[in-house]
Amino acid sequence: MANPMKIRAAAKDGVTEVKVLMSHEMETGQRKDSSGNLVPAHFITELTATWNGKTVLDAQFGPAVSKNPYLAFKFKGGAKGDKVVVTWKDNKGDSRTDEAAIA
Amino acid sequence: MNYRMLSQGLAGACLVLGTLGAGSAQADATTDEIARYREMIADGNPSELFALQGEELWKQKRGPRNASLEQCDLGLGPGVVKGASARLPRYFKDTGRVQDLETRLMTCMETLQGIDPKTIINAAWGKGEREKMQAIVAYVVTESHGEKIDIDMKPPQMKKMYELGKMTFYYRGGPMDFSCATCHGDKDKRIRLQDLPDLRTQAGAAAGWGSWPAYRVSNGQFWTMQHRLNDCFRQQRFPEPIYGSDVTIALSVYMAATGNGGTVMTPGIKR
Amino acid sequence: MIKQRREVLKTGGGLGVLGLLAAAGVIKPELALAAWNEGAFKAGTLEKSLAALGAGKPATSGDISINAPDIAENGAVVPIGVSTTLPKVESISILIEKNPDALAATFKLPEGTEANVQTRCKMGQTSNVYALVKADGKFLMAMKEVKVTLGGCGG
Ligand code: HEC
Repeated sequence: MANPMKIRAAAKDGVTEVKVLMSHEMETGQRKDSSGNLVPAHFITELTATWNGKTVLDAQFGPAVSKNPYLAFKFKGGAKGDKVVVTWKDNKGDSRTDEAAIA
Repeated sequence: MNYRMLSQGLAGACLVLGTLGAGSAQADATTDEIARYREMIADGNPSELFALQGEELWKQKRGPRNASLEQCDLGLGPGVVKGASARLPRYFKDTGRVQDLETRLMTCMETLQGIDPKTIINAAWGKGEREKMQAIVAYVVTESHGEKIDIDMKPPQMKKMYELGKMTFYYRGGPMDFSCATCHGDKDKRIRLQDLPDLRTQAGAAAGWGSWPAYRVSNGQFWTMQHRLNDCFRQQRFPEPIYGSDVTIALSVYMAATGNGGTVMTPGIKR
Repeated sequence: MIKQRREVLKTGGGLGVLGLLAAAGVIKPELALAAWNEGAFKAGTLEKSLAALGAGKPATSGDISINAPDIAENGAVVPIGVSTTLPKVESISILIEKNPDALAATFKLPEGTEANVQTRCKMGQTSNVYALVKADGKFLMAMKEVKVTLGGCGG
């Protein structure tokens, strides 16, 4: 099972800044393990972030995004206590959803 | 495996190159840009992900006794995590030993949860109970971020460990006749782009000791201080020290005490 | 829920089905992520990736800035941020010329989301990094070279 994300959302001057850390290997499929076998590709492909149910970001990743991906973005609006929900899905069909309240 | 051998072969050569290169204007510009790079990645340190798991493990009832670690005494009283690792290693009366964070956690896991220390000592990095230990360490050291390194050197047991650590630091041996001091006992020494702190000085020890445990960008792993030391034994071409053995604790006492008063920057983020 | 989705993915063979299911209220909308643009992510060269994104040969714009270090200590983690003052930004993509597949990430920005995103990418070697922005229906881009020093010493 995938490990939880760390989501930080903070509102300031009418803008909410969201920072997300995801726990994921982001295997490129081009790396060999110690016995010389290719490690199969395993990476997050899609991510959406919503605020109060409205989509605020739609992202697609390739395997070139770093292991344990980091993402930061900003949207207009957002009040203390509002929910920001982030969902990712990877190329093996695993997914993970976490949420944070805006600080 | 190959990479490891290659890097072992390179380290010696790089050491020479690095020392020659240091001081030139170009090297300084490079150092500035690298500093900017480090600053950029410091916000959003993935060690937070490990700390998150560690906090869960701290609170989770586990082991044969089905207990959590919430009553663990890291030196500031049962359950006090905030600031605890800034004051480690320290002498513990209940065990009659000087312990670093990891050996103290092993004591708690054994006494509170009934987890056999051997399952940690004999595990591989990132595997089994040792992996859990790494996450718990990430949690604990995050709670000392920004505190001052504050090692209590009054107990005679601490003084003894300090002396043992200092001796070990200068002890030369192995195929290259290296000691810790060979790589960490000069001003402005550098291996490629790694500035190697002079761990004999307060500033150097505070910078080196104070920034580990850390997330390693190159492999996406979280490394504890035991792991850091283990890898430096490897760089020294010494046999791997036993996890949590007294020699590793002694080295930690030497470095931590030398860095006393410096700022704890854990968890660090390193190349 | 998740299991069902996987089944759907396998049998339905596409996100069109997912979209339909979402529209029909069968699955939660946040799970109906946009279809992964496999063609663009596996296009290879910069030119082919741009073509796959429908960008052709975009003009350079001084209104796009790339926030990345001149030198990255480690190619495994290169912080890359893109921001622009261009109005009506629809999407931002990050492409790394010397990577096996140039496209690293794309972001669709709904109205209200600022044209300012940051992430971290892997770079196999020193390379030009491109930020591709679609604004008001038009593609524009900016470039910055990032040098990568792969620390070969010290494990
Ligand atoms: C052959 C050279 C070499 C020897 C010998 C060596 N180290 Fe290191 N040490 C390094 C390198 C290189 C790094 C930087 C590691 C990296 O980035 O991978 C390092 C990093 C460290 C750090 C962290 C410093 C920082 O600022 O991040 C500490 C602490 C440390 N070593 C302690 C020791 C101790 C204690 C010993 C003796 C047991 C030792 N080292 C022996 C090469 C060496």
